[in-house]
Amino acid sequence: MDGNAPDFAAASRTALADPQLRGNFRRAMDGLMSKRAAQFADAGEWTGVRALAASVRLRALSKLPELLETLEENCTRNGITVHWAATTAEANAIALDILHRVDAKLVVKGKSMVTEEMHLNAVLEKDGIEVLESDLGEYIVQLDGTMPSHIIMPAIHLNTKQIAHLFKRKIKDAESREDAAYLTDLARRVLRAKFQAADVGMSGVNAAVAETGTLCLIENEGNGRMCTTVPPVHIAFMGLEKVVEKLEDVPPVISLLPRSATGQPITTYVNMISGPRRPGEKDGPREVHLVILDNGRSSIYADPELRDTLRCIRCGACMNHCPVYTKVGGHAYEAPYPGPIGKILVPQIEGLEKRGAMPHACTMCNACVEICPVKIPIVEIMGRLRVEAVKPSGAVKDGGAKASRTEAMVWSGWAAMNASPTAYRVATLAMSKLGNAAPSSLPMLREWTNVRTKPRFAGRTLHDLTRAKGVPDV
Amino acid sequence: MSDARNSILTKLRRTRDSHPLTPPVSDFAPIEAKRWAEEERLPRIRRLMEAVHTEFLDATEADWPAVLREFLAREGVGSLVYAPATEAGTRLVEGWGTGSTALIPYDRPLDDLKPQLFDTIEAGLTTTRGAIAETGSLILWPTVEEPRTLSLVPHIHIALLRADALYDTFLQAMREQGWAQAMPTNVLLVSGPSKTADIEQTLAYGVHGPKRLVVLVVHP
Repeated sequence: MDGNAPDFAAASRTALADPQLRGNFRRAMDGLMSKRAAQFADAGEWTGVRALAASVRLRALSKLPELLETLEENCTRNGITVHWAATTAEANAIALDILHRVDAKLVVKGKSMVTEEMHLNAVLEKDGIEVLESDLGEYIVQLDGTMPSHIIMPAIHLNTKQIAHLFKRKIKDAESREDAAYLTDLARRVLRAKFQAADVGMSGVNAAVAETGTLCLIENEGNGRMCTTVPPVHIAFMGLEKVVEKLEDVPPVISLLPRSATGQPITTYVNMISGPRRPGEKDGPREVHLVILDNGRSSIYADPELRDTLRCIRCGACMNHCPVYTKVGGHAYEAPYPGPIGKILVPQIEGLEKRGAMPHACTMCNACVEICPVKIPIVEIMGRLRVEAVKPSGAVKDGGAKASRTEAMVWSGWAAMNASPTAYRVATLAMSKLGNAAPSSLPMLREWTNVRTKPRFAGRTLHDLTRAKGVPDV
Repeated sequence: MSDARNSILTKLRRTRDSHPLTPPVSDFAPIEAKRWAEEERLPRIRRLMEAVHTEFLDATEADWPAVLREFLAREGVGSLVYAPATEAGTRLVEGWGTGSTALIPYDRPLDDLKPQLFDTIEAGLTTTRGAIAETGSLILWPTVEEPRTLSLVPHIHIALLRADALYDTFLQAMREQGWAQAMPTNVLLVSGPSKTADIEQTLAYGVHGPKRLVVLVVHP
């Protein structure tokens, strides 16, 4: 997808025409929303813990450079090697360097959104290294040769039948059984052999604790523990915003993340890693590396309003509650991060030239803002990005990419018309008399009338009608 | 790559200083307020963990090895890996007698035990540093004596839980046990057997980690 510019409108039309896909998403999102709501039945508790978690993230952002230095210092003291990458290309080069040095042939990966941003799998495969996703959903998506359609449930676009067919095609000796328990067990057998044989394990990071140099990972399956415990080398990837100040800052985040994401009180595993195998210990990797990635985040950080994007703890609840995401699914966005958070994050990382359509894929209904566990003003940022696309302040990559002379003229005409009573009267009179003659194929109007009937202008203006009822003009 | 480090940190510092951010005070009261009466904690932990397929056994300090031995015999479990240098490991061996389950000491590095651990050993025994009432979670604190993979690789994980080591919240446990001053290589909260819902949101247990989690509660 990197070669061609993503076309959200076209991709969403295809998705909307697929009743199977729409059914899969509708069912999944309805289930996730009701499970989340049950977890936050106590409104007082939700309000209090949410305010706390938001404060934890804001405090971390307020001291971001200092905390990253403290994190580096404490990780290094713990024996973790810290690497910094300004771009995804640098991060990939760091990973390849380590893999070449240890002569790695097989890599197992736990879930990591940052490595999706890096397209790391493609880079490793090109280098002849076998890389295997081990989160069940990611494994399914990898077998299928597609991309995750949800950041928490990567294979949510597929149903059991589709997955059974996929396994039958791709896994040796697989039986054709549409049974989630059978399919899960099949994946267990395949992947356990790989965990044992892997040279390197890779993971993301849910929160990195500056105070103690600790990497926190949460998960249900145990694949994250496998990847970070069994292979001799562990490489963790994090976006630079993922740091928190204190160990005590972890419980509020962990309290809200799984409840918001999947409606469970806590994930099966909360895994806190503070270094490689110490002398005398019998297991754990002998090397732990932490790659801290910028990839545009420092530019997001530079703007006091856009900075709030970096509060995100990647729970995915905004997707589950988004009326647009639920209809078109995750693939229509053609981006590592879909849904509301994707619509504000991806345009800032990749620029408005390529991603200018994303902030428009929003009805501004505010559902995502109401449920965001760290109170990100997603819709305000969405509005800001729409403005940046036509009136750039310089804060966002490729600002002004969507500026159009026609649109600018129409809006300045609109402003002039509304600023003068005479112009307003003349214009509304003209519209009531001639508006219906305007063809629906006019530029700008076309976008609307494509999928809707052009509204008819009333024969008399509102002013005219109210005057007739005896209401005096001001 | 130190170029990247310096340019990132310089940019963050410069832009933050031109638009400083004053965060609201972090008020931990909403978490601190979560308290349960002493007699409610264990039943709550049990209810939450059973809801996600965790099994419970009750025993005393004197009879837990025998309770475990009988359970494993009943379930037809052929082998149990344990940590020989821990106090619990010593107690296990002393109280074992002639069990039908073979006891296998985890007495060498993982590298030498991998094939056995992955392919033949059926169960692993660990201690815990207590459990958390709010979420129904065990605190695992692997050490030099008690490796991380004991609770990860075998199909059945058996965890000893002392009934007098129960906390209200994750926050309370880390404060009272002073975690921030002495983090080990790995700390874990474990709240059930391995599970997934990645296939059409159908819950399935035992995807990569243990298929069964058995909590052996040791009552004082």
